[in-house]
Amino acid sequence: MNKTPKIINDPNACAAELLDGLVEAYDGAARKVGKGSIVMNDLPEGKVALLVGGGSGHEPIYHGLVGRNMADGAACGDIFAAPPPDIVLEATQAVDRGKGVLYLYGNYAGDVMNFDMGAELASDEDIEVQTVLIWDDVASAPPERKEDRRGIAGLVLIVKIAGAAAAAVDSLEELVRITRKARDNTRSVGVAVAAGSIPATGAPTFELEEGKMGVGMGIHGEKGVRVDTICTADELAPQLLEIILGDDLELGEGDEILLFVNSLGSTTQMELLIMNRALKPLLAEKGIKVYDTVIGDIVTCQEMAGLSVSVLKLDDELKKYWNMPCQSVGYSKMES
Amino acid sequence: MSKESLNLEEVVEMLDGVCDKIIASEPILSEADRNIGDGDHGLGMQRGMTAAKEKLAEGGFPSIDKALMAVGMAMMSSMGGASGAIFGTLFSNGGKAVAGCENFDSKALAAFLKAACEGVQARGKAEVGDKTVVDALAPAAEKAAETEAAPLEEALDSVAEAAESGKEASKDMVAKFGRAKSLGDGAVGHPDAGALSFSLIVQAMRDYVKP
Repeated sequence: MNKTPKIINDPNACAAELLDGLVEAYDGAARKVGKGSIVMNDLPEGKVALLVGGGSGHEPIYHGLVGRNMADGAACGDIFAAPPPDIVLEATQAVDRGKGVLYLYGNYAGDVMNFDMGAELASDEDIEVQTVLIWDDVASAPPERKEDRRGIAGLVLIVKIAGAAAAAVDSLEELVRITRKARDNTRSVGVAVAAGSIPATGAPTFELEEGKMGVGMGIHGEKGVRVDTICTADELAPQLLEIILGDDLELGEGDEILLFVNSLGSTTQMELLIMNRALKPLLAEKGIKVYDTVIGDIVTCQEMAGLSVSVLKLDDELKKYWNMPCQSVGYSKMES
Repeated sequence: MSKESLNLEEVVEMLDGVCDKIIASEPILSEADRNIGDGDHGLGMQRGMTAAKEKLAEGGFPSIDKALMAVGMAMMSSMGGASGAIFGTLFSNGGKAVAGCENFDSKALAAFLKAACEGVQARGKAEVGDKTVVDALAPAAEKAAETEAAPLEEALDSVAEAAESGKEASKDMVAKFGRAKSLGDGAVGHPDAGALSFSLIVQAMRDYVKP
């Protein structure tokens, strides 16, 4: 595959420079903190804090989900690398308003180790920290081993709900409970048709034979369920839904869901909409009602081609937090 | 130079040599990682060891343990990711275990590697056989415990050999962690990149003591 031309400066400075640019995009609502964090300005005293984070290069997540009724801050790592513990600590100290901090991030080994160390450092500073790991990728491990599952696009729905809840509740325990419920009610599956590249080297992040698609493949090219010949959107939609509905989240007649069709980078909005068109009647057939649809490229891996489908099963409480307006660079929503 | 033990200044010199070795090994580490991971391990280690080398050049370490811990902190903070956490923990935890040692001898080496291995395993939850740095680190720590009465150059010779065989053994393992996990049997035949890094680290330590 030909190397995709990139309009950048120093290839080794991408993570730092994109963070500067992101902060600028907040036009004063957020600031850079320490070596590699972005934190909202004017966080009220006594607010329960929500901190997200992860490696850079997947923009707009995670740092672009910092916002009003969204995450209070994000700890950002280098390209595709978890943020080190000192950055996590700096971000934690900057978002803490005396009511504790929830760490919410994707379940990857590097992230878990570094955020855990950050939490230990924060605990030395008398800041209470709780963690909820995002593990929505049903293709990455069977349901009885959820703790081995990776976090993918469903994180956007979970962070949105957690961010709203963090603005409304008055204890860390309550935020943990709601966030866990949102996480436990979310399932995603992706399909990859071409790799993204490492900005510093231009090398592809994985190999995939031309004309093939990795069903269930992770956002860094982690092995999925199967590799097949690329098919049409109408043929793919039932396969993806089958993987999600075949999992242990009970979904049927009368259930209401959020549906998120996400591009992994270079897959176009046109393709996402065609996939959405294919998904809707299949859900309707099963009596599953889509309460809200999100279409966008929010969880990406550079110019990786492919898409993912995420489903979050709603109840009245989750719906209440979903309905709150939110504003961030990565995802915004008006009051419903 | 052939030595029974190293003083603080010599430990700093030895660590500087370790940094140089890893920085120069970037291409082979990247290549090793491309075979089983996403190919960025060499760049990460290079970044970490460059930061550690700068820290060592600043000097001013009151004791051997502090110099080792400074390498760990510099790596952890500059690398991030799983490698930063693991190699940072290796040097930081190992360093803590030699607090009070005025000289770095075979006994200190054994204490350093034992604590390094325990720290890495506690942080990363990997066991021997999981195709990680532990496959080179654990046998090295065991060998160091067996040779703690020997002169340092002899001990480091055996420890470097143990790390090298451990790294070689990782070739036949199926990965249980990280990106290599997703390759399943596809990673068999290639050594773990972290185990390779660690074996190069102890080789550089050996080469300093026994050039």
